[in-house]
Amino acid sequence: MRRYILRRLGFALVSLFLLSVTIFFFVRVTGDPAVLLTEPGASQADLDAIRQQFGLDQPLWVQYGSFLAHLLRGDFGQSFYYRTDVLELYLSRLPASLLLAAVAMAFSLVIGLPTGIVAAVRVNGWWDSAGKIFALLGLSMPSFWVGLLMILFFSVYLGWLPSSGSGTPLHVLMPAFALGWYFAAAHMRLTRSSMLEVLGSEYVKLARLKGLPEALVIAKHAFKNALIPVLTLAGINLVLMVNVAVVVETVFAWPGVGRLLYEGIAFRDFPVVQATVLLGGVMIVTVNLVVDVLYAMIDPRIRYE
Amino acid sequence: MTGSRAAGLTLAWRFAAFRSEGFPLLPTLILLTLALVAISANAIAPYNPEVGVLGERFRPPAWQAGGSAEHVLGTDHLGRDVLSRLIFGARVSMVVGFTAVIVAGLLGTVLGILSGYLGGWVDQVIMRITDTWLALPALTFAIFLAAIVGPSEMNIVIILAAVYWTRYARVIRGEVLSLKERDFVRLAIVAGCAKRTIMRRHILPNVLNSAIVLATLMLGVVIVTEASLSFLGVGVPPPKPAWGLMLADGKKGLMAGYWWLTVLPGCCIVLMVLAANLLGDWLRVKLDPQLRQL
Repeated sequence: MRRYILRRLGFALVSLFLLSVTIFFFVRVTGDPAVLLTEPGASQADLDAIRQQFGLDQPLWVQYGSFLAHLLRGDFGQSFYYRTDVLELYLSRLPASLLLAAVAMAFSLVIGLPTGIVAAVRVNGWWDSAGKIFALLGLSMPSFWVGLLMILFFSVYLGWLPSSGSGTPLHVLMPAFALGWYFAAAHMRLTRSSMLEVLGSEYVKLARLKGLPEALVIAKHAFKNALIPVLTLAGINLVLMVNVAVVVETVFAWPGVGRLLYEGIAFRDFPVVQATVLLGGVMIVTVNLVVDVLYAMIDPRIRYE
Repeated sequence: MTGSRAAGLTLAWRFAAFRSEGFPLLPTLILLTLALVAISANAIAPYNPEVGVLGERFRPPAWQAGGSAEHVLGTDHLGRDVLSRLIFGARVSMVVGFTAVIVAGLLGTVLGILSGYLGGWVDQVIMRITDTWLALPALTFAIFLAAIVGPSEMNIVIILAAVYWTRYARVIRGEVLSLKERDFVRLAIVAGCAKRTIMRRHILPNVLNSAIVLATLMLGVVIVTEASLSFLGVGVPPPKPAWGLMLADGKKGLMAGYWWLTVLPGCCIVLMVLAANLLGDWLRVKLDPQLRQL
């Protein structure tokens, strides 16, 4: 068990290392990093100062060393626009993103789980077809367009919900739904296939043979076991939601990290853009590691692969 | 002679098989129509999509009060004809979508084959990079790249290819690993074939099916990503008529209730993505049983 965890940890560290190399590499190779790292319209003297500060005249591996050293100290640079530490800025926006992701996740599970179960219990039935259409639409409609349509309908025509901003529970409804639909579709599909697999298993047949009522078989024996992969995916998706919400957050002016990324592009605030990508990658690598380790704890077979 | 006849027969047979197993006619027709529209945009668009008349801003579609037959689908905030912009937008989406999918596919397939067939450190390097890039949230990664290289249609294609080749590489590598153990490959090795010949003549043709399925499924993803990037202002640069850009512009008239600027470009995106997804789903089941679980 310890060996397995250490190996996974090693993989995660390699991934983080490659992540930093990737970001570093792209910034240096595709042009003059000094231009990206200084404010737009900076003078030649400023450019030279930045070259000096980041040692851009040094060999690449020396540059990388200092880049990595800064990251490890949690120093992601200063935001040009907000004039503050980028990491602080990111962390101050994170709670809003997490709130949005949590509500979107709740939506996606409340919709995805029951529809997935019913679709699996009544395969090829009416409900199954309706679910398929719902899932197909969810996977095909850009989330920001769903958001725009909802603003048009609920804010402009009906005037029920605020079109942008945050602060009240009503503000979170539309962005969360726009963000959650895609994931509801993904969760529905997985619930359905997972339920189908479990429903065909020996222990469900046994439960039926025992003469248990069908509702009990489905709820207690099948659903509980079918839930495991879905919850795993949901855990990973929660982190993913924080990182893909950028367009939805922009549409609704939701003050999360996605909006921060958008401001980073709009104000040409490169340190913010770089930090958002790096931290997003770190989050996902970490979650994958946690999931791997939890799985190994629950299921001993994985450890000996 | 016999060769071409045999080929003709297989084609006919394949077509019959396609017909009999729920060939998605509608999605194919939608994609073909969009392709036709994109190709003949110059001929069918009533106006120049990039030039507007400021005196005719925010005209509603013809069937609504205040609309006229001159601008069937209305005009935008600069007085540009929406129908013409949608037509030329199809060209942008098609060109960017297809090129990006093909470039990513070529890159991913080649690296996947190299990784799977050569093994060893080549495999380790390629797969570690693939894993890392897969861990980066695609949209955020694309935005990051776009922020570095700046917006242009060409750059968008490169960015999308750089972000999405990993999906191909992972799947193709897996296929190559199992192909490698098959008899025809072993025979080729025994017969003294060079590695590159084996990869090109024996491995590549056998992974093409998967690559095509993946490409079709990726088309929808790529188009949505392009639209998102354009919407955020780091995609296709204005005044080019890209659908994502039109949505960004449309947002300016949203609160005033100018619905056609938001609804119509979105419908075009959804139509194209939906068609690509339906076709991809069907191809997956038909061409590649192994990918059914995907």
